[in-house]
Amino acid sequence: MKLVSHLLDDEWYARYKRISRLNIRSSIYDVTNRCNLRCKGCFFFSSDEHKAAPEEMDLTKWERFVHKEIDRGVNLAILIGGEPTLCLDRVEAFYKRVSTFCATNGLIKLPRDRFPDLMVGISLWGDETDEKTLRGKDAFSISSKHYEGDPYAYYLYTLTPKQIGKTERVIQKIADAGLKVHLQLLSNDEGVDGFSWTPAELVDIRAEMDAMLDAYPRTVVSSKYYHEVICTGRMQGQRFGWQACPSVTITQDNRDPQPRRLTNFIRWASDLETTHRCCTSETRDCATCKDGAAHMSWVMVNKRAHMNSSKDLQNWIEVYEMFAKLYQFIPW
Amino acid sequence: MAKELDKIIVHVAEIMINELKLEDVTPENFDPEMDLVDEVGIDSMDLATVALVLRDAYSVRIDEDDYPKLTNIRLIAEYIHRKLAA
Repeated sequence: MKLVSHLLDDEWYARYKRISRLNIRSSIYDVTNRCNLRCKGCFFFSSDEHKAAPEEMDLTKWERFVHKEIDRGVNLAILIGGEPTLCLDRVEAFYKRVSTFCATNGLIKLPRDRFPDLMVGISLWGDETDEKTLRGKDAFSISSKHYEGDPYAYYLYTLTPKQIGKTERVIQKIADAGLKVHLQLLSNDEGVDGFSWTPAELVDIRAEMDAMLDAYPRTVVSSKYYHEVICTGRMQGQRFGWQACPSVTITQDNRDPQPRRLTNFIRWASDLETTHRCCTSETRDCATCKDGAAHMSWVMVNKRAHMNSSKDLQNWIEVYEMFAKLYQFIPW
Repeated sequence: MAKELDKIIVHVAEIMINELKLEDVTPENFDPEMDLVDEVGIDSMDLATVALVLRDAYSVRIDEDDYPKLTNIRLIAEYIHRKLAA
């Protein structure tokens, strides 16, 4: 039997032990159906998820709901939208009670006197040209001023094929703003022209992601193994897709056989009763899904599949550490 | 009583080996004190899988809140033994 301590030297073993008992149990919450942007390629609006259920307007019901989620074992609330900063009372209902992460487009500055250490992930869809094409405005110029130097904020930089060869300039600007960045890939739900990946482009962007991690190790929060998995859709001989995805809502998961999955994961609509199929769009083709969190989770729930060699287990540790940093379970 | 516990230890080891497809180890030589997370690399989903089989075998439900305490096979066996005696 291969043992962890036999596969790792002292330094790696210490890193393993730092994360091995975190037991992160996340769920995702649509805080609101509204947003102050309409981005091409945003799954929430392109697949009509904003119409899935009416928003619960009663704050006390949100507070009660959060308690029920904690009782269900959730220890990480991932708030998405719509745009969560449009409903700060609801964000606070989570923040006061459970470890919380808030995704935002950064146009509204989260008041730090009210949310001093709430981890914020600011969406970024490319350089100025792509931001204007996909989002209608250069959101970075606003969000980078709002969050400059904030230790509890980072960019979620969604890479598109048009960003190949251009990422360094964007990452340098993020570094200049004193912020960190996590890289993910666009899944083109809307079929926006020129924003769908070809196999050759995925090879190119993976090489560029690796190069950016080497060049900006203090700014880019990532791992080369994660780049490999998300760009190839493959991990330890498995292929990503519906049958492998770990982040399917537990109450809608009728797959047989059951893959390894996130424990009790649910993605809730903002009526606090309706659930979505998975962490992303129900209309998305799972075979081409590039959702970053789903791919990270796919690695994380398959720890023992990575106990073949020292390198495999080190790769697993790096991905788990990356996730734990992005959601504030361990420091940067 | 000690013999009864020893039997449960070997049975838990057997279930763990079969369910988690652990290689190069037998129920008899599986060190019952070995840390399941820090050495064997199991996670809460693995433990949930094993807990389901144990529930069928012993009619004992392992509470999910107790998972963090059950760090080796001896502790799991003692947990079952206690519940059976209660």
